[in-house]
Amino acid sequence: MIDVAAVKRDFPILSQRVRANRELIYLDSAATSQKPESVINAVSRFYQNTNAAIHRGAHALAEAATVEFESAREKIAHFIGAQSHEICFTKNATESINAVTYMFLNETIKAQRGIQVENPHFALQAGDEIVLTQMEHHANLVPWQELALKTGAELRFIPLNTEGRLDLSDLESIINNKTRVVSFVHQSNFLGTINPVNSIINRAKQVGALTLLDACQSVPHLTMNVKSIDVDFAVFSGHKMLGPLGVGVLYLKDPNSAPVFLTGGSMIEKVTLEKSTYAQAPQRFEAGTQAAAEVIGLAAAVDYLEQIGMEVIHRHELALTKLALEGLMQIPQVNIIGPTDLQERGGIISFTLADLHPHDVGQVLDEQGIAVRVGHHCAWPICTYFNVPATTRASFYLYNDEHDVEMLVSGVTRTLDYFGVS
Amino acid sequence: MSIDNLYQEIILEHYRHPQGKGISLENGVEVHHVNPSCGDEITLRAAIMDEKVGVSYDNTGCSISQASASMMWELVHGKPATEVLALEAEFLALMQSKGQGTDEDESLSDAIAFVGVSQFPARVKCALLPWMALKDALLQNLRSNNE
Repeated sequence: MIDVAAVKRDFPILSQRVRANRELIYLDSAATSQKPESVINAVSRFYQNTNAAIHRGAHALAEAATVEFESAREKIAHFIGAQSHEICFTKNATESINAVTYMFLNETIKAQRGIQVENPHFALQAGDEIVLTQMEHHANLVPWQELALKTGAELRFIPLNTEGRLDLSDLESIINNKTRVVSFVHQSNFLGTINPVNSIINRAKQVGALTLLDACQSVPHLTMNVKSIDVDFAVFSGHKMLGPLGVGVLYLKDPNSAPVFLTGGSMIEKVTLEKSTYAQAPQRFEAGTQAAAEVIGLAAAVDYLEQIGMEVIHRHELALTKLALEGLMQIPQVNIIGPTDLQERGGIISFTLADLHPHDVGQVLDEQGIAVRVGHHCAWPICTYFNVPATTRASFYLYNDEHDVEMLVSGVTRTLDYFGVS
Repeated sequence: MSIDNLYQEIILEHYRHPQGKGISLENGVEVHHVNPSCGDEITLRAAIMDEKVGVSYDNTGCSISQASASMMWELVHGKPATEVLALEAEFLALMQSKGQGTDEDESLSDAIAFVGVSQFPARVKCALLPWMALKDALLQNLRSNNE
């Protein structure tokens, strides 16, 4: 059980009033989560006491900043069951995925020029296949489209079914001997569906393909162990898990055999005018000055989550999801896009309301202080599949409670009244 | 700031009963504009015949973008191109007025109701979508007429 009243008090932003002096009902954590005071303070403390460039400088502050940064890394890595050197920091999950696609592109170009590549896994050829799913966020679609365009590789997709789950019936032909990489989402940011990670990864391994898991909506909400799922890459964003904006994570199972992507200062071993050699992981992936305060803030977020417990958080969100699904489905004009049962799903609910456009639904909810997301949620192909222009999306986190769900359900009814829909 | 400023009755009326909707014009320049943040889309065809602007359109989207297209059609269909472009500039100024209105906005007739929308930054693009499509199509028309 989560003492939500106590949790809410830890998040200063949640006590504010919005619009016409309404209490804020924040149901948009899938877009970005709010931050507890401990995270805000960790960032602020770093700038007040420790600020210096990490991994360089011989002075006291540089040393303290480096120690804090590296212990933050250790904590964040441990949180997903990884070792310190197996994670590197990026700006966000989008950048993490792009980084992996550039590893492929760079090695492909080298191979085409006859330059020896460190890891032939990353050198693609025309006709190689990249497998994604039909429910990917644009961040796990567009970078692969670009890669396919530049390398001649082809994209294949594991299809959706009408329930909002993946149809694995053709998995063996979709993931085949031509497949070089399989990249897919753990929990859909649009549908709330939690995908069968093991089935997909096992099939990818049978054909020797690399795997990437978009864990943006799972690391913040579930117990996650990258070792037990045995994935090659995993990505997530700090800001969706109570951490600061501007820091993301890329987990690499075999970091020292992965090609570098950003080059420059801090990631080198030895540099001459003609050529350079590169540092071991994780430094080899962290060119330039890092966002140390944000990384340290993210470690404070991990502390906060662990103190409550990821299992507890997941159960709490499922209970709210159950309540919300029951409440919303009693309104005949509501159409849930995504699973309507609680099996293998998380606390994200997308819906349409009569023929009202979600932008209008979101506006009337907003007037009541209820913050939801409207639009295609950066997963336009899902809208196309379900033949809807957009949806309204509510997403829950550890600071939401039954009252927030009741406000959502009554807010939806009020929206129907406002536009005179019966 | 109440949403009643946004959803003024005249706007909801045009949303429920859009004017001029449906591509009826056979010739002219066709453009397709989208609002990528929410997925609103409009296909608009415009032609200039005997100095007069002919417009037809089809669209999907929120009440604001639909009502804006409907009122725009009423306002500009059959008017001279120079006048239509002046109305477009006036509507743009109104949408940038942050709820203050402009000195010349009476030329916009019923569309002046959109002054309320200009108080909601996230909705300004919805109201502007059809006007941006119209401007695009008209400028293309004028360019090809000059060639």
